[in-house]
Amino acid sequence: MNFAVLQFPASNCDQDAVHALRDVFGHSARYVWHKETALGDTDAVIVPGGFSYGDYLRCGAIARFSPVMQAVKQFADNGGLVLGICNGFQVLTEAGLLPGALVRNRDLQFHCEHIFLKTVTPDSPFTGKIPAGKSLRIPIAHGEGCYFADESTLVGLKANNQILWQYCSATGDVTESANPNGSLLNIAGICNLRRNVAGLMPHPERACEPLLASDDGRWIFESMIAALEKKTAAKAA
Amino acid sequence: MKAKIVITPKKAVVDPQGKTVRSALEQMGHQGIQAVHVGKYLEIELDGADREAARKSLDEACHKFLSNPVIEDYRLEIE
Repeated sequence: MNFAVLQFPASNCDQDAVHALRDVFGHSARYVWHKETALGDTDAVIVPGGFSYGDYLRCGAIARFSPVMQAVKQFADNGGLVLGICNGFQVLTEAGLLPGALVRNRDLQFHCEHIFLKTVTPDSPFTGKIPAGKSLRIPIAHGEGCYFADESTLVGLKANNQILWQYCSATGDVTESANPNGSLLNIAGICNLRRNVAGLMPHPERACEPLLASDDGRWIFESMIAALEKKTAAKAA
Repeated sequence: MKAKIVITPKKAVVDPQGKTVRSALEQMGHQGIQAVHVGKYLEIELDGADREAARKSLDEACHKFLSNPVIEDYRLEIE
């Protein structure tokens, strides 16, 4: 599969994502600079973490208007898979590709730690391969990861099964104490209505090898790869 | 001409900065502070004299870019 990993000025998880995709999963991954206007031959897009454009004005606010994001919007409109990680999640909400917004952590602290994630539904290209009932141990590193959306948006997210991951305890309980940033409904990641665009604050690309203290992040990429392979097989048939 | 834009968090959004500033003010002995909302202030210097055209253009910029309507309100003044 061909992955496109976007690069904005001050992206800093782009190399982690490319390393995971190329060296751990054996797929093709290339960087796409923010000034590019086309994605080329791409099966899926990763919008990586970092501090795009210095996070000036608001996280993701300026990246949203970059030339490459216009190509990403078109790619998503055509049904392409897009995963935003951390700052990438913020960029996707600013771009209107995902509902809601990410605001300052409730304790105003930057959180850099491992947390646990409950996968709410296997029904998405991002969660299909995650073993049922498994709490994923994955790192977070953010100051503005508190998910906010108005009440009607939250109702819609629940009704349409768009909440993919929630912060939970090691035993999988979604509790207030397991919520690192104050996110509403403990939301760590969501997808759009069409289920081809997802974003999450935790960093699965930093948890794909046992050397990195956890390889639970693999399940998310393996889900994407399996969904892409299924799509390719369906096209060929 | 000059545009002055004040952006504040919506009431429904938790504002931990505002809460922290409020409790600091209380600790300093300032009385009667009900709530503090920490926002942003932008000053934009403009060419030309057509206030209405400037307002229309900047109102759109505020809505699409300078503020995020999901979490923020804005107030635009042109002088």
